[in-house]
Amino acid sequence: MIEVSGVTKRYGDATVLDNVSLTLHRGGVTALVGANGAGKSTLLSIIGRLLTPEAGRVSVDGLDVATTPSTELARRLSILRQENTVAVRLTVRELVEFGRFPHSGGRLTANDRDHVERAIDYLQLRPFEHRPVDQLSGGQRQRVFIAMVLCQDTDYVLLDEPLNNLDMRHAVQTMHLVRRLATDLGKTLVVVLHDINFAAHHADRIVAMKDGRILADGTPSEIVTPAQIQAIFDLEVDVHHLDAGPFAAYFARRD
Amino acid sequence: MLAEAAAVRGIAQRDGFDARRPRFALLALTGVFVALAVLFMTYDLKGSLSYALEFRARKLGGLALVGFAVAYSSVLFHTVTHNRILTPSLMGFDALYQLIQTSAAFFFGTFAVLQLDERIRFGIEIAIMLAFATVLYRTLFGRDDRDLYVLVLVGIVMGLMFSSLTSLVSRLIDPNEFIALQDRLFADFSRINQDLLVVSSAIILAVVAVSWRLLPRLDVVALGREHSTNLGVDHQRIVNEVLVVIALLVSVSTALVGPVTFLGLLVANLSYQVTGTFRHRYTVPAAVLLGMSALIGGQFILQEVLASSTRLSVVVSFVGGLYFIALLWREARTARA
Repeated sequence: MIEVSGVTKRYGDATVLDNVSLTLHRGGVTALVGANGAGKSTLLSIIGRLLTPEAGRVSVDGLDVATTPSTELARRLSILRQENTVAVRLTVRELVEFGRFPHSGGRLTANDRDHVERAIDYLQLRPFEHRPVDQLSGGQRQRVFIAMVLCQDTDYVLLDEPLNNLDMRHAVQTMHLVRRLATDLGKTLVVVLHDINFAAHHADRIVAMKDGRILADGTPSEIVTPAQIQAIFDLEVDVHHLDAGPFAAYFARRD
Repeated sequence: MLAEAAAVRGIAQRDGFDARRPRFALLALTGVFVALAVLFMTYDLKGSLSYALEFRARKLGGLALVGFAVAYSSVLFHTVTHNRILTPSLMGFDALYQLIQTSAAFFFGTFAVLQLDERIRFGIEIAIMLAFATVLYRTLFGRDDRDLYVLVLVGIVMGLMFSSLTSLVSRLIDPNEFIALQDRLFADFSRINQDLLVVSSAIILAVVAVSWRLLPRLDVVALGREHSTNLGVDHQRIVNEVLVVIALLVSVSTALVGPVTFLGLLVANLSYQVTGTFRHRYTVPAAVLLGMSALIGGQFILQEVLASSTRLSVVVSFVGGLYFIALLWREARTARA
């Protein structure tokens, strides 16, 4: 269980997160949605201890992320931010192998190698596993980083806009992977998503943020309604009900 | 159980990364280093054998210690600052040490410095250096979004400032007293400070013993702050520890021979090229071997082959400076592309 209580984050005068509290139970996919600057990525980074809040605390399975040894947390929780570049020149495979670092400390065991192989297959990196990471396209690189996090094999996986840079096919495949991690392997995923429709169709729960606060929290059918979307994004949309779930036609032309 | 672990390790190293190239590089570099050291010790020995050997051994030891300290600190500095161009000396570390040396002489008095045991003085200076360097560079590298070119500029400005302050302070000292001090304060390759050889070796050994266990984690640190945090490596703590290591090593090399600009840049980058890997287990030893070989070989060529009185530091700065410009050039071109 992830517990966020009373978290506040400021950058200078700007309050990015304003006394946010949230409880995420084990299992399932939770989507964080909201307009740009709503505080989704900041909240995710604070849960993943990449940022320290001015006030409040975050605990993962009862362990305070601010005080628990980092290695201990790295075996339970992994986080991937949206912009990922590495200054070091390494191959796809070498980067994926880093995902095992919290478990192996740099020397891979047979078990670690299995994880690496599986992650490479899952993300279809086999054709370029020996290529340097800096020679890949943005989307390919994104998949390499997802493979690294997958390799880390943690109960909690936090992904900040994992669909960035991905084409339609790879975006869908990534969301299927996210779903499979939750359904088949029982992992808990928290994913920041821009496209409300991906959230509607793949998440069990949607947490909507606005201006540093949580505005709405519920199942896809509760959140993906014209009234809620108006409140979250200040945008008028029609919501259609397909067999697969609610569908917000936000890109429709209005004239 | 043990056999199984060994087998696993063998397999694990086979995939993802081919260890043969860096291993071969290390072997070859060790060969070069040993050959140069033997040559340096035995070439054209004249007069009393024991005296000549002892004389050369001291010199060899000094060169090796400096090469080691400069190379080791440069690779670590590259990793914690996430770039391959800046080195401690380019950021003014050694100028800072010289400023501390001179200021100490000014504030405590020339005679106190001259009478004090060289090693005690060294210890005090190192303590001051540690305090200043860690505070200064921690504020500078505390954020990880610093622009490389801004850092280069800041480093050059700080280096200039420290050396200007050093000459200001040395002018404040009585000229006669200053001449007495000069020998002890401003060492160079032709006047290696030999009183400090033993204590310097001890410091280097201790530093290596302590920092060797950090090397696998430094591989992770090189990925950047966010990735290392995610992978359970306490980025800030490692960076702080490494800055202490660097301050110690720079103090050692500056006390022995004065500033050696560009040597670290040269050998660190060469080591990345010859080992072809980012793994510190290979790049650090390779850089160290290159650093020691460069100084021993350079000194040998200058002294015996060219019979030149040119100072080694001048040659190193010239070659390294050209390499620095080439690196900046390449960096600028890839940044634009």
